[in-house]
Amino acid sequence: MATRDKRRYGSELLGETDRLLPAVGLLVGLAVWWTVTALGSGIITNFAPAATFAVLAELVVSPEFYDHVFVSLYRFAVALGLCLAVGLPVGVVVGYFAAAERATTVLFQFMRMISPLAWFPIAIIVFGVGTRSAVFVMFMAGLWPIVLNTAHGIGTIDDDWITVGESLGGDTRALLRRVVVPAVIPDMLTGIRLSIGILWIILVPAEMLGVNTGLGYLILDARDRFSYAEIPAIMLVIGFIGFWLDLSVRRLHARWNWG
Amino acid sequence: MSLESRPAAADDDADGSGGRSDAASPVGAAADGAETVGRHAADAAPIVAGDLTKRYDDTLVFDGLDLRVAPGEVCCLLGPSGCGKTTLLHLLAGLEEPTDGRVEIDGEAVTGPDYRWGVVFQDPLLYPWLSVRENVEIGPRLRGETPDADHVDELLELVGLDGVADADTSDLSGGMAQRASLARTLANDPDVLLLDEPFSALDQLTKMELQDELLRIVDELGVTAVFVTHDIDEAVYLGDRVAIMGPVPAGIEHVERIDSETRSRDDEAFLAERAATFERLEAVGLE
Repeated sequence: MATRDKRRYGSELLGETDRLLPAVGLLVGLAVWWTVTALGSGIITNFAPAATFAVLAELVVSPEFYDHVFVSLYRFAVALGLCLAVGLPVGVVVGYFAAAERATTVLFQFMRMISPLAWFPIAIIVFGVGTRSAVFVMFMAGLWPIVLNTAHGIGTIDDDWITVGESLGGDTRALLRRVVVPAVIPDMLTGIRLSIGILWIILVPAEMLGVNTGLGYLILDARDRFSYAEIPAIMLVIGFIGFWLDLSVRRLHARWNWG
Repeated sequence: MSLESRPAAADDDADGSGGRSDAASPVGAAADGAETVGRHAADAAPIVAGDLTKRYDDTLVFDGLDLRVAPGEVCCLLGPSGCGKTTLLHLLAGLEEPTDGRVEIDGEAVTGPDYRWGVVFQDPLLYPWLSVRENVEIGPRLRGETPDADHVDELLELVGLDGVADADTSDLSGGMAQRASLARTLANDPDVLLLDEPFSALDQLTKMELQDELLRIVDELGVTAVFVTHDIDEAVYLGDRVAIMGPVPAGIEHVERIDSETRSRDDEAFLAERAATFERLEAVGLE
């Protein structure tokens, strides 16, 4: 038996090398990528790392490329804003009133399981081709984690915290502002983090279907222009931005998480 | 950590009673509410509970219970788990409604929680998103007031937390958290202090240390206090009177008056009082 602190396999390697390990993981990923493209033959060789990074270097100095990046980020931000504007209040109401929770649980779990992309034909028919359709589809995907986590947070607030607040002389408004909302922020951030991940993932297919700008569109456009190396290059950018978005909300969450 | 005898309150003899009657008060009441006590403080508030009945569905917790706590007095409610002592404290604090009867603090009917009757709970229940200092300030803030920084400093010093004012609550030990909780309640300048087994989760040494500090604080601030506990030593050491509660629905079976002039953990006279209280507990069928 290992001692408790050694029980995680390889934990003795951690420490000084700890900070290097993520880089090792990245290098292994790169090696797998290189191996697959180098050993393969035919069209797959177009996606090799060397060609990809060459194209990426061109992309990151091209102003038009940034137009696509910004329009994608804009759609992402609008969808996130809508999810927050609708999801947080709905989550608070659903979490606070037992009847509202009873009434909505089945509905929400049902809606959540419908692929947001299934909404696309309806979105196109109602909103037409364009940003509004893409944002609507993203909204239908990103709403649920915010609603469900906020409601869960409100529903599981330590009742004693409210009792303490009351006995210290707080009225309902003061309790809401100084106890309930701060107590729920970690759950809200969990929901927001999940939502951000979903929105960023759904952004790409949404932009493949209904618009002619943005990173999702750019991937299909690269294929149509036969500039195959551009596809993994754009994928790297998408991954990088997504990772950065998640990291920032994770930092925020860590600051607010009192365990 | 002080184990020696605690000095009697300075104004003990000023009231002319020259120590108090050794006779225990009649069951459930010190009917002569005007009687002065060791820690008598002129501006402290009396607590009067009259004909209190509490019933949960089929369970009668107590019936027609009377309790009077004189201004500046420390009254301990002693009894085993489930005897209704916490329920009684909740009724005094307005956290629960009596089925029948009434509670008055300083002549005012208690109809709900209020910052003037401050409660210290068994768990510290600090708000983890606030620092120690912000927790102490939360009472005034909840009431829409700006906390007085000097007063908060004094309180932190009073409970010995002036060094960790900016720490996160998660960094506090159990004893420190309970000190912070006490300071938070005191920041509202309550007229009475209602404590619900506040030290029961602490180790023995910390517990004794906090008992001494609580007595010092109660003396210094001159508040009336009701202290719920299931620990005989604690009740006898802290209380001017110890109200012994029997199994439900007995209510208060006996009130033991403690001579706080001999208050000590090892004085013989005091140990005798402890033994007497223990016998009373046995008599009401608790052991």
